[in-house]
Amino acid sequence: MITSDYHGVDVTSPSPQNSGEKQWQFDTRRIGDDLLELSCGGRWCLDQDLPAAEVVMADLGDGLRRLSFNTAQLSAWDTGFPAFLRALFILCAERKVGIEQEGLPEGVRRLLALAAAVPEQETAKRSSIRRGLLFRVGAATIVFLRGGPEMLYFLGEITASFGRLIRGRARFRLSDLWWEIEEVGPRAVVIVSVISFLVGLILAYLGADQLRLVGAQIFIADLVAIGMVREVGALMTGIIIAGRTGAAFAAQLGTMQVNEEIDAFKTLGISPVDFLVLPRMLALMLMVPLLTLYAGFVGMLAGMLVSATIFDIGMFEYYTETLAALELKHFWVGLSKGSVYGAMVAYAGCLRGMQCGRSAEAVGKAATSAVVTGILLITISASLMTIIFYRLGI
Amino acid sequence: MNAAPQIEIRDLTMAYGEVVIQRDLNIVVNKGDIFVIMGGNGCGKTTLMRALVGLQRPAKGTVLYGGEDLWNVEPEQQARLKRRLGIMFQGGALWSSLTLAENVALPLKEYTALSPRHLAEIVSFKLALVGLAGFEEFYPAELSGGMKKRAGLARAMALDPEILVIDEPSSGLDPLTARRLDDLILELRDSLETTIVVITHELASILGIGTNSVFLDTETHTMINTGNPKEAAVSGDPKVRHFLNRGAA
Repeated sequence: MITSDYHGVDVTSPSPQNSGEKQWQFDTRRIGDDLLELSCGGRWCLDQDLPAAEVVMADLGDGLRRLSFNTAQLSAWDTGFPAFLRALFILCAERKVGIEQEGLPEGVRRLLALAAAVPEQETAKRSSIRRGLLFRVGAATIVFLRGGPEMLYFLGEITASFGRLIRGRARFRLSDLWWEIEEVGPRAVVIVSVISFLVGLILAYLGADQLRLVGAQIFIADLVAIGMVREVGALMTGIIIAGRTGAAFAAQLGTMQVNEEIDAFKTLGISPVDFLVLPRMLALMLMVPLLTLYAGFVGMLAGMLVSATIFDIGMFEYYTETLAALELKHFWVGLSKGSVYGAMVAYAGCLRGMQCGRSAEAVGKAATSAVVTGILLITISASLMTIIFYRLGI
Repeated sequence: MNAAPQIEIRDLTMAYGEVVIQRDLNIVVNKGDIFVIMGGNGCGKTTLMRALVGLQRPAKGTVLYGGEDLWNVEPEQQARLKRRLGIMFQGGALWSSLTLAENVALPLKEYTALSPRHLAEIVSFKLALVGLAGFEEFYPAELSGGMKKRAGLARAMALDPEILVIDEPSSGLDPLTARRLDDLILELRDSLETTIVVITHELASILGIGTNSVFLDTETHTMINTGNPKEAAVSGDPKVRHFLNRGAA
């Protein structure tokens, strides 16, 4: 009964997409009216491109009902072969062509059976519809607008938690608070020193250049003292803390979210805001004003050193000028800004940490977002407070 | 053919600083073995795996693949030896920013020149083998722990490695899925002649698929040769019998 048309595929002809030498061969042979025999030979391994299932199916013609295999010439195979067959079987099923697997090696048949043991989940398939620009802008806007109420809600939760703290009912561990205080305060001293010293130096140079025009270089002391104590000390400290501590808060809380630690608190009836957010808020609100004060002193020290060594202003002269320039209100302004920035950074860090999704990638996003939100909040509150203090004449 | 055994561990000692986890390990794994490294919690199973696959240098001793010393060869040579291994980590260790299909495809893209459509066929076949057909476009974060583990196995066998090292294949899986995974491991050995090293404390897997085994003892910090686990459960060392019979013998 071996008659009918014969299709040989020339395997030595170079194929456009793959210049590597092919080590596999296949032939198709029509047996009778409705049976096609596929002979596979050579190496069918996944270090090379195997034929596409469509090529095999291409010139079958009508009336084909069954497909059988002959693998007598097959010298080697790995999972590339059953992967090819699986694609072929799916195509056959679409065209209602029956499969006769007897000709396949034992191992291939068993692997195919294993792969077919769990049916493909149709519901699992994703609809990868490409949405239009308008749709995406709209969706992004909705997500963005939802952020506002979420931020307010979290602010409310923190306020309620502070209420419980004042009534002595907030549950957190004092040791956690101490640990956080050490982490955000003393451990930040080195970086705050370096940055405030350099900023003080920049201010002194900036002042020297401008004040030389009017021959009043001694006022470098006023500029550096008031600038550092009122504005720049707090601002630089706030930004350092946003990058250093705000990101850390978001990453810590985010990781706890991934590990279901936050859920464990909730199921025990312990407020995660009390236990985790409150000590972090308190630590930053206590430590950032102190760091601000310290940053001011380091900045003034830098100004003094620069003036004495480069601009020939006597140390003592600079010192008395600084004392004359500084009033207590400047310290109050600097300290109040420091506390607000500290609260903003803690708020942004904890908010993004608590909102974190459940994957490693989400933790990274939370940390990034915490820094961005923190710096944004710092800048907004800095401008507001500057305007308010100006109006009040402080 | 190389006459040396596929994997040979000689006088291996693993330690963290001064604390010795396991000492004097001597293990020979032959081609086609399903070799079980078993032991209780904290006995150093995973540490041994890390030494075996080139992640953590042992304090003493050598790991030989076909006679080549993994820890004392040139870096390129070491990379070549490591490429013969497929490793499934305990928690799957899937790359969270890639979909399952991309996770399985990455090693294939790196080391073969397959066309995209052929790549997709192989990836979906590998996922179907571990019972995850149709989950190609999912991200690891969207899967359950057991599914991540199976996807991790699909990635480990992406390149049809000569040796598969599997850390805790069935813990956290339901009995039927665990059984299917055991069947798959047996099938990989039978049809692709893969050598398989399984690190586990799951009795069903140990007794179901192991052909040879060692037991890492937590008290003496060394191993006990146990041979075929099914026989060890009946007539082996008392400690091993105790372990394999859940304390009943």
